[in-house]
Amino acid sequence: MIKTDHLCKRYQSVTAVEDVTFEVRPGEVLGFLGPNGAGKTTTMRMLAGFVTPTSGRASVFGHDVVSDPLAARQSLGYLPEGAPSYGEMRVNAFLAFIADLRRLEGPRKRARLQHVIERLQLASVLDRPIETLSKGFRRRVGLAQAMLHDPPALILDEPTDGLDPNQKHEVRTLINEMAREKIIVISTHILEEVAAVCTRAIIIARGRIVADDTPLQLAARSRYYNAVSLQLETAAQLAEARAAVEALPAVAQVEVSERDARLTALPRAGASILQAISDLARSRGLKLKELHLESGRLDEVFRTITA
Amino acid sequence: MRNVGIILRRELASYFATPLAYIFILIFLVLANAFTFYLGDFYQRGQADLKPFFAFHPWLYLFLIPALSMRLWAEERKSGTIELLMTLPVKTWEAVLGKYLAAWLFTGVALALTFPIWITVNYLGSPDNGVIFASYLGSLLLAGGFLAVGSCMSALTRSQVVAFILGVAACFVLLLAGYPLVLDAFQGWAPQALVKAIASLSFLTHFQSITRGVLEARDVLYFAMLIGFFLFTTTVALDLRKAE
Repeated sequence: MIKTDHLCKRYQSVTAVEDVTFEVRPGEVLGFLGPNGAGKTTTMRMLAGFVTPTSGRASVFGHDVVSDPLAARQSLGYLPEGAPSYGEMRVNAFLAFIADLRRLEGPRKRARLQHVIERLQLASVLDRPIETLSKGFRRRVGLAQAMLHDPPALILDEPTDGLDPNQKHEVRTLINEMAREKIIVISTHILEEVAAVCTRAIIIARGRIVADDTPLQLAARSRYYNAVSLQLETAAQLAEARAAVEALPAVAQVEVSERDARLTALPRAGASILQAISDLARSRGLKLKELHLESGRLDEVFRTITA
Repeated sequence: MRNVGIILRRELASYFATPLAYIFILIFLVLANAFTFYLGDFYQRGQADLKPFFAFHPWLYLFLIPALSMRLWAEERKSGTIELLMTLPVKTWEAVLGKYLAAWLFTGVALALTFPIWITVNYLGSPDNGVIFASYLGSLLLAGGFLAVGSCMSALTRSQVVAFILGVAACFVLLLAGYPLVLDAFQGWAPQALVKAIASLSFLTHFQSITRGVLEARDVLYFAMLIGFFLFTTTVALDLRKAE
């Protein structure tokens, strides 16, 4: 279990992290969201033992990160922001170096090395100096380094940054696979990633936690939650459709996009409007290209909370 | 202690993975020999010893050692690998010691490669090899002292250039601590005891007493304590401001 208790970090005049308290249990994938400079990286650095908290406590499986740092670090795998590594080293030498410091030996060392090399598809670059690798490969070397000793908890600072869509998908699959028995904390500013891998999301703004919920529940806070979006064949019917939809009692507001003849109806709180709008379209003879129910927009929630 | 060895091996390998090691050794050998023969009048003196060879080591080290030590921590900060290293289950002092010993071992290799001049002087005459051995040891200790100072300066900054300049300046002051150039700055206002203490910190006086062939415990102890002090300071400096 990873636990933080009123964690704070202040630099001379700037407060980077203020009163952050949360608990993560095995099986959870926690996503840290927040604008740049909100305190995500500082919080993760405190968990990893790189930054010392100004006040408050943090512990990893009962080991306090300040008073018992080595035990805390041993149960963590950590991918620092930007996945730094020794550029002049070859990939295999770098991974062997990490394995040695992680006290992996003999057959287990070989097995773990083989596992991460396979999982992250590093076999083709093992003999190359890390500085000659592409950004995607470097990120994967960083991930391999973090999961090498099969730690019960992983802290990954922007694990998919710089990866192409295929590699992103690979890494997300990997995270999902490991998620069952591990604690995984990731930070990201890619919102789709939260929906794809996280069981829980914490939004941080200006150093404080402003939301802590499942991605679904967060999306439900959106004013687009349960909204109905319909696209017409032609823009000609737009004005008529708008007037009709606005007249429905359960509809709070209607947004119109002339460009693609789209109309989005936002429901009053708690109301369901899909059936009513679908009936209306049929009775009015509206020519529909598309009609769907929105599940809420995370980016809109994100903007509303962090602005 | 095991971690010290692991970090030492990695560091040493990284010296030889880049041109740094070869350039350093080449320049060290060329300069050491050029100074000996051209400035030190090795032949003209007509004496079978290596005095003119060792006499220039402090000045050679003054610029070459900070060039080697500047990267120790400044580079880790700059490239961000310090975050990787300091979040592994490694104690700060283990990392400091491992990196330092690698650099020291490396200068030891460079120093050992000057052996042709030892062969030369034995071929030309019959020198006191005891003095030469003591001088080599003194030179190694001197390099170790410079490296420890350089390690500390490197831990203070993320810029290798700043680390180099700070290193040269600090080494220069310590080198000449027993001489008027440094002492005059303290004479007149500081108590006499402090002036004496500063004078006794001089690299040069301790080094010269070893190269005269007298390997005294107090000179060795001086270097050991100096190295210990600066490595301890490096550790504290890193612990206080790892992330900055």
